[in-house]
Amino acid sequence: MDPIIRVEHLGKKYRIKHTQKGYVALRDVVANLFSWRYWFRSSKKEQEDFWALQDVNFEVQKGEVLGIIGANGAGKSTLLKILSSITPPTNGEVHMNGRVISLLEVGTGFHPELTGRENIYLNGAILGMTRKEIEQKFDAIVAFSGVETFLDTPVKRFSSGMQVRLAFAVAAHLEPDILIIDEVLAVGDASFQKKCLGKMEEVTKQDGRTILFVSHNMDAIAKLCQRSLLLDHGKVIADGPTDDVIARYLNNHEQTRAEVTLTPPETLDIAIRSIAIKNDRGALSNRLETGKPFTIEIEYELKKDAHEVYAGVAFIDLKTQISVLDTLDIDQNKDHYPLRKKGMYRSLFTFQENPFNHGRYKLFVHIGSFPATQTTLHLSDGDLTITFVSGETFATDVLDGTRNSTMLLNIPSEIIKIG
Amino acid sequence: MAEYVIKPKRPIGLHLKEIWRFRELFLALTVRDMKVRYKQTAIGVLWAVFQPFILMVVFTIFFGRIAQISTNGVPYPIFVYSGLLFWNYFSNALSAASGSMVANQAIIQKIYFPRIILPTASVVVFLLDFIFSSIIFAGLLIYYHVTPNITGLLLLVPMLLITTLTLLGIGLFFSAVNVKYRDVRYVLPFFIQLLLFVTPVIYPATILGEYKWLLYLNPMSGVIDVFRSTFLSLGSISWPLFGSSILVSIIFFLVGLAYFQKTERYFADLI
Repeated sequence: MDPIIRVEHLGKKYRIKHTQKGYVALRDVVANLFSWRYWFRSSKKEQEDFWALQDVNFEVQKGEVLGIIGANGAGKSTLLKILSSITPPTNGEVHMNGRVISLLEVGTGFHPELTGRENIYLNGAILGMTRKEIEQKFDAIVAFSGVETFLDTPVKRFSSGMQVRLAFAVAAHLEPDILIIDEVLAVGDASFQKKCLGKMEEVTKQDGRTILFVSHNMDAIAKLCQRSLLLDHGKVIADGPTDDVIARYLNNHEQTRAEVTLTPPETLDIAIRSIAIKNDRGALSNRLETGKPFTIEIEYELKKDAHEVYAGVAFIDLKTQISVLDTLDIDQNKDHYPLRKKGMYRSLFTFQENPFNHGRYKLFVHIGSFPATQTTLHLSDGDLTITFVSGETFATDVLDGTRNSTMLLNIPSEIIKIG
Repeated sequence: MAEYVIKPKRPIGLHLKEIWRFRELFLALTVRDMKVRYKQTAIGVLWAVFQPFILMVVFTIFFGRIAQISTNGVPYPIFVYSGLLFWNYFSNALSAASGSMVANQAIIQKIYFPRIILPTASVVVFLLDFIFSSIIFAGLLIYYHVTPNITGLLLLVPMLLITTLTLLGIGLFFSAVNVKYRDVRYVLPFFIQLLLFVTPVIYPATILGEYKWLLYLNPMSGVIDVFRSTFLSLGSISWPLFGSSILVSIIFFLVGLAYFQKTERYFADLI
């Protein structure tokens, strides 16, 4: 049988101008016409080619559900944009056999002034449904969204959760031959995410539906897709059964760093300098045993005297992207609540009772000061990961990504002024 | 459904078949614009009527009474309103069309459809405004006891068409340029203001004397002058002016369309 999608030698090149600062202004172009540099200097140095995708080849059979995974910047979104015709490829070709609808965002084109009912029609039309189709499915959409009572209220009065539910309800009732979905499950609360995942499973089981699905949620990919592609720096580096591809992806991203030094922007008054993870023997390590204590050390600088400064650590399960634990140092150190003098500080979190189940977690560190009106915040970018491997002892209260809510625990901590 | 192919290059053309396939989206966007326009403003429909009316009053005071511009016996309010009718449609729809790409950038980045739908759909709502302000015009005619010429009435439709082609041409061009150069939206109001003074809206075309040839370059001059002189029985239809209006408006439209088509595929990358 002929494949429903055939991608051949697909490539996409972006040109990055190094001189470019935000948007080009017509004013600058006009001004450039009067500058000798514009006419006499070669501009080659100022721009650089960047291949977001390179020589991508794959085929999808009718009825297949294909997962696409990869780190940020691997080219997943670019690939979906080309397949959706939003942007043209630089070279290569894509052959498609059927009606394509792409869902790259939930609620595209929602207008805040229009009512829920009007937005269902508008969003449906934007997603490529005909008015007739929307009318047929209207009741099902409304029932799925659970916002019946607010149908004639402008969407701007909806809570953000209600907006997402309504938007997803419209999207869930699309019936194209080929459906392209980008990371749309990362919205809403946990129970709604579950409902969406259920709906997605239902959709994938209807015959003849071909789906391309991008997500960072490995659980969802594993559940929905039999086959997956792994993209890395614009190239397909693995194509096969989902479990194998996910294993390969997670291995590629195994990190051994247990310490990171940050160079925060000068403008920040409160800035993280370094983060370190230490095991029960006090050695730097990000591979820890379940049930054994560990510590996290954060060093940060206050450039001004500040009130109610706090440092916090959060753990995000890499498989489900759910934050499982979030804790602040200030809870245990109330005497540091009032004004703190400027200088260098160290906050030490000691996880005497390790509550984690085995798995891999992203570590986020955030510091800030409280008077809400003048909040300053600095967030580490989460490139530290911790792996917990099963050890001899087991924790009594076990945490992992299957929990749907963040635990707010008071982890023993101390704050020391070091400079 | 037949197979289709996504390639780096795409043949130049209007792709009318594809546009037809997206007609429902065109309709939905038009309906959105209308609903939002008549919902957001507290005075709703009145706004469409208010703007040309106030302009008419101000122009009547300054140009009719104080500067005493000659209008061949037609009451100045009638004279100026017959021009403002088209001018308001032209300038409002032109600004909306020019800003349409940037205003809808969220959709452009996430969904594919022929981009030309956006500027054209944004124009339709102003046709509705045109109808409302025409009703005011009818009221003014009755108030000043002016009997319009029937031929002039028939001219309304072709004149609207010429105006639409012209503003779409300029609008398509500016909306495409605006994607890349965001400061276009500061240039545009100035440009439109300038156009008002080189178009015989507040003064009769006869004032131009030996510079009359300028009228032939600006389709809006033709629209307003031909409509006014016929509708208010100020003279017979000037066929050369009418003809050049049609011709120039088509040229504007084609040039704008060509530029738009050349750049539209990259909008999502640039915006």
